Amino acid sequence: MTTVLILAVLVLVAIAIWQMTKIFELSQMRAESSNAEVASDADNKNNGYLLFAFLIFIYGITIFSFAKYTKVLLPEAASAHGGEYDTLMWVSFAIIFFVQTITQALLHYFGYKYRGEKGKKALFYADNDRLEFIWTIIPVIVLAGLIIWGLYSWTNIMDVNDEDNPLVVELYAQQFNWTARYGGEDNVLGDASVRLIDINRANVLGLDESDPNAGDDVIVKELHLPVGRKVNFYMRSQDVLHSAYMPHFRAQMNCVPGMITEFSFTPTITTEEMRMNPDVIEKVKRTNAIRAEKAAAGEPNSDPWEFDYVLLCNKICGTSHYNMQLKIIVETEEEYNAWMAEQTTFSNMLIKEDTASNGDAVESANNNVAMLE
Amino acid sequence: MSAVAHAHVDDHSHDEHHHKETFITKYIFSQDHKMIAKQYLITGLIMGFIGIAMSLLFRMQLAWPGESFWLFDTFLGKWAPDGVMSADVYLALVTIHGTIMVFFVLTAGLSGTFSNLLIPLQIGARDMASGFLNMVSYWLFFVSSVIMIISLFVEAGPAAAGWTIYPPLSALPMAQPGSGMGMTLWLVSMAIFIASSLLGSLNYIVTVINLRTKGMSMTRLPLTIWAFFVTAIIGVISFPVLLSAALLLIMDRSFGTSFFLSDIFIQGEVLHYQGGSPVLYEHLFWFLGHPEVYIVLLPALGITSEVMSTNARKPIFGYRAMVASILAIAFLSTIVWGHHMFISGMNPFLGSVFTFTTLLIAIPSAVKAFNYITTLWKGNLQLNPGMLFSIGLVSTFITGGLTGIILGDSTLDINVHDTYFVVAHFHLVMGISALYGLFAGVYHWFPKMFEGKMMNKNLGYIHFWVTAVCAYGVFFPMHFVGMAGVPRRYYQNTAFPMFDELTNVQVLMTVFAIIAGLAQLVFVYNFISSIFYGKKGPQNPWKSNTLEWTTPQKHIHGNWPGKIPEVHRWAYDYSKTYENGEYIIEGQDFVPQDVPLQENEEELQH
Repeated sequence: MTTVLILAVLVLVAIAIWQMTKIFELSQMRAESSNAEVASDADNKNNGYLLFAFLIFIYGITIFSFAKYTKVLLPEAASAHGGEYDTLMWVSFAIIFFVQTITQALLHYFGYKYRGEKGKKALFYADNDRLEFIWTIIPVIVLAGLIIWGLYSWTNIMDVNDEDNPLVVELYAQQFNWTARYGGEDNVLGDASVRLIDINRANVLGLDESDPNAGDDVIVKELHLPVGRKVNFYMRSQDVLHSAYMPHFRAQMNCVPGMITEFSFTPTITTEEMRMNPDVIEKVKRTNAIRAEKAAAGEPNSDPWEFDYVLLCNKICGTSHYNMQLKIIVETEEEYNAWMAEQTTFSNMLIKEDTASNGDAVESANNNVAMLE
Repeated sequence: MSAVAHAHVDDHSHDEHHHKETFITKYIFSQDHKMIAKQYLITGLIMGFIGIAMSLLFRMQLAWPGESFWLFDTFLGKWAPDGVMSADVYLALVTIHGTIMVFFVLTAGLSGTFSNLLIPLQIGARDMASGFLNMVSYWLFFVSSVIMIISLFVEAGPAAAGWTIYPPLSALPMAQPGSGMGMTLWLVSMAIFIASSLLGSLNYIVTVINLRTKGMSMTRLPLTIWAFFVTAIIGVISFPVLLSAALLLIMDRSFGTSFFLSDIFIQGEVLHYQGGSPVLYEHLFWFLGHPEVYIVLLPALGITSEVMSTNARKPIFGYRAMVASILAIAFLSTIVWGHHMFISGMNPFLGSVFTFTTLLIAIPSAVKAFNYITTLWKGNLQLNPGMLFSIGLVSTFITGGLTGIILGDSTLDINVHDTYFVVAHFHLVMGISALYGLFAGVYHWFPKMFEGKMMNKNLGYIHFWVTAVCAYGVFFPMHFVGMAGVPRRYYQNTAFPMFDELTNVQVLMTVFAIIAGLAQLVFVYNFISSIFYGKKGPQNPWKSNTLEWTTPQKHIHGNWPGKIPEVHRWAYDYSKTYENGEYIIEGQDFVPQDVPLQENEEELQH
């Protein structure tokens, strides 16, 4: 990497020096002429060649980036709709690169080929209806295809419904952390409002205690999802805009104070399986090499990393926006059920009036209060 | 109507010597469009200097997170304890960089400069319709710039909610330190800026409609004027909506209304706001915000059309198609704002509609790109710095525009929304492209602005080539960072081990950015030294057809000493020949617009 950098800098410096010497030369030669600052044939020639070189540079940086950075891209999609998303993405990219390669080539090649010379005559060519029709209609057809495909996928992805017995989960955002709430036994979320938040009683999400659906809700700081089961997410925010971004699942939705937004997907690959994915294994290896280097240098934040799905905040929300995350664990149905059985329900979590003695509840209340601060 | 206007303006020119010009009326409170254009340009360039410098600071933080730099210590002071940038000031820098570059540099600096300079000169008018309003417009812009700069120095820091200032973050001082006094000043500055922009735009529209010289029909207007004219119309349509959004936000902040706020619990207490919606704000903001992209871009494209045609010694290919695309882009730009909000929580059906309109806008954009390329074909390209920047613009416009196909597709937007992919896209397609347009314009019309003096071309070449290489060096790899899932506006990416291996890419981009920043100093030096020591070129250095080159190099009030020239042809008769292959005017490959049709010459229908 450093070599590349140095090379790039050297090339630029070389260009700069070369041009500098030219300034000197030309300023000596043409001091008299009033056309001194208008491109001469020599300028046209030099810059024509440079335009051609620039075309090679564009191709070069494209190839370089692809060769070097394809590996940093997200691994295989871990959700049911993610496969289709990725296909559409790659088809769009194929079209983009096709058009990019051709148009940049024409643009810069013409710049080189038709560089000016004294006495050369340009072609007076002002119009050609057929040509213009062709390059209007081709984008129309290609874009129509992309639009139809995109809209079909969009409608499918955004259709949040109750078919196939989806798991119901609330993602609750606040500066600067996430909380997840499960519907519990009845798989129905109890009503909630920020006006009902009572931190002293550990009702941090403002659940309506009188709602019978609320009592069995489970509030957690780590999102567990059973593989293969559709999950309907309902997002809330208590303070500013946030965005629940789950890049590995090709999923994102903003969290808006005053309204409930929704998104739905079916996780298809467990965390364990994803850790076995060759791309992920490689990525973890590379990352841990970097972290080992840091550890050797005695820097913080250098413990070895193990791959995990993660939920990030992706809408600017204040000072610690860059560190607002929630771990996601996709696991088998059995593992999920076992984990769920260990969780405390909302009614058990609440601190009853004047009897703040329940160990668990006090602890979680303290945690929650600490989180808020 | 228009005849009357001319008569009036002509009269005006005769009593020009009655004006007594003092230093103040000539250089400060000038009502002359040429001076106002220079004022806009220089103010815009100073703001651009600040905006670009800020970007270098936060790029350094991204490449070397948590590192201590004396630069930070010097410029950020208490916001960089021990020279380490704080998270709050990072967000503030990002916010003000965006605001300054979009509004102050690329709206006022670009459109303000060249609309003012070129509209009267190219349509053949003595000045703007209202010189006084024009002056007021500049001074409002100046005041808003000063207020924006002052906001950098307030106790709790400048606005830091992103240049889009979405509430509630921007509305609640307890959500973020920058949302106190800093945000108030931001809003005041923007409100004044909008007033300035509206006065300017109305003036441009009126001038183009009423003050064209004899023979200058709409279909003979140079494409620059078409672009400025349509830009002004979009501005008049969309800026008032931003003003109302800003006013409503001011009310929410200061007078307890709930337009954008509802159900908020922050710092241990429930706020009284009820019933508003931040999504409403997003709609209002982007109703301006998206047309704004074209307000920035269209003037740059207009400048490119003119510079490219002149330097290719060829007519612009498909004049009517170019005008039609400008109009189509302008119309579509007002109905695509929702593509910024696919995942904002608005009804997904609306997302479908906006995907449709957004991808439609790719069509006129594609037509423009192809027409530029065809304009180069079989030309006799004079590769002046302005021409290179124009070619560079087409290149970045294509590269950046193509990724718009991904972002405009609601499905694909889901996973790249608000990531560095977006940052790479819009910097190439509107940031870099519009800056190239600005530079092309400055190099090309510098002689017109500074009485015949020309900028040094070799410094111009260095400026262009280093900038062109670095611009791709910064923004091409950035797409990959975005597709790896890195969100924008993260102070550092160290909280996620999955982003560790991307630090290398950030270093590469930052190094390119710093070199690009330094290259701009070459421009600054060239610009300033050429004002004073630039070599005087001929009256029409680029052998251009448009009317501005028929005015004397020395600036006079009223532009033309005698009668305003009459226009007999369109602006693009470059290398036009008779059927026998002889140039229309012997020994000259261009026919200025004020030259009457020659015998046997056919006026081609374009």
